[in-house]
Amino acid sequence: MKLSEIMRALDATVLSGEDQLDKEIMLCGASDLMSDVLVRPTNGTLLMTGLASVQAVRTAQIAGVLAVVFVRNKQPGADVIEAAKAGRIPLLATPYSMFVSCGRLHACGLCGLDGRR
Amino acid sequence: MPAGSAGWTDDDRPVACPAAQREAFNHANSPFMASLRKSFFIKARDFAHAGEASIHIQNLLKSMHLDSALVRRIAICSYEGEMNAVIHGGDANIHVDIETDHLTLEIADDGPGIEDIARAMQPGYSTAPEEAREMGFGAGMGLPNMKNNSDDIRIECEPGQGTRVHLKFLYDAKREFT
Repeated sequence: MKLSEIMRALDATVLSGEDQLDKEIMLCGASDLMSDVLVRPTNGTLLMTGLASVQAVRTAQIAGVLAVVFVRNKQPGADVIEAAKAGRIPLLATPYSMFVSCGRLHACGLCGLDGRR
Repeated sequence: MPAGSAGWTDDDRPVACPAAQREAFNHANSPFMASLRKSFFIKARDFAHAGEASIHIQNLLKSMHLDSALVRRIAICSYEGEMNAVIHGGDANIHVDIETDHLTLEIADDGPGIEDIARAMQPGYSTAPEEAREMGFGAGMGLPNMKNNSDDIRIECEPGQGTRVHLKFLYDAKREFT
């Protein structure tokens, strides 16, 4: 599934990485706890989070996460967007809750980090 | 360069040698001909810049064409260690030693030390303040994750002398991580 399709499914806005919307993503994880992201096989996946801080972007970069979605209309600060641009991590923001966002992407065919549905 | 992150540059990055040359030097498992040390300063409580040193290390190792799974393991350990130092440790330094057949990370801080190392190694045990949890950390998974992602971990800790975490990574280790 292309990031542009994920954007449409979530009615999301793009905060950074407009040039990377053709990235293909099949696996997705959701967490506000970056410690959890770092212990899971998150390489090449999508991260859904309510943590709109610079650590979400740095964690994504370290863990090889392909893109980050901020749920519940969380608007990160300029430093977060700056870090994402520097690290080439696409950032999206969706108005939906974590639950509804995950449901929408699951309905579109995205799988969990272990490939299960 | 942001305040608190002084002390590193992209200069002197080691150069991976071509396969033929590598063979000639009889370092079949090593991408490098000589050892090299890089050090990075970490400022205590500086959450705004926490993680920058580890991203720098990750970019350095990527540029040297180390195996990508190995780079991810090293970067995760470095980042966990960097966050630990920022949260608990007082000012700290991360030293990266790139050797011919392995790499070591040493995270050395000036903090109060770890009261009970055995408990700190247990998943879920944490003494982190609320501030760390607001950043998505402090769940008591840092040290166990560093152990899981490295080939060897050693923690030195004396009261009032800070903490030194030594991590070793073998270039040819075949490991499966979940």
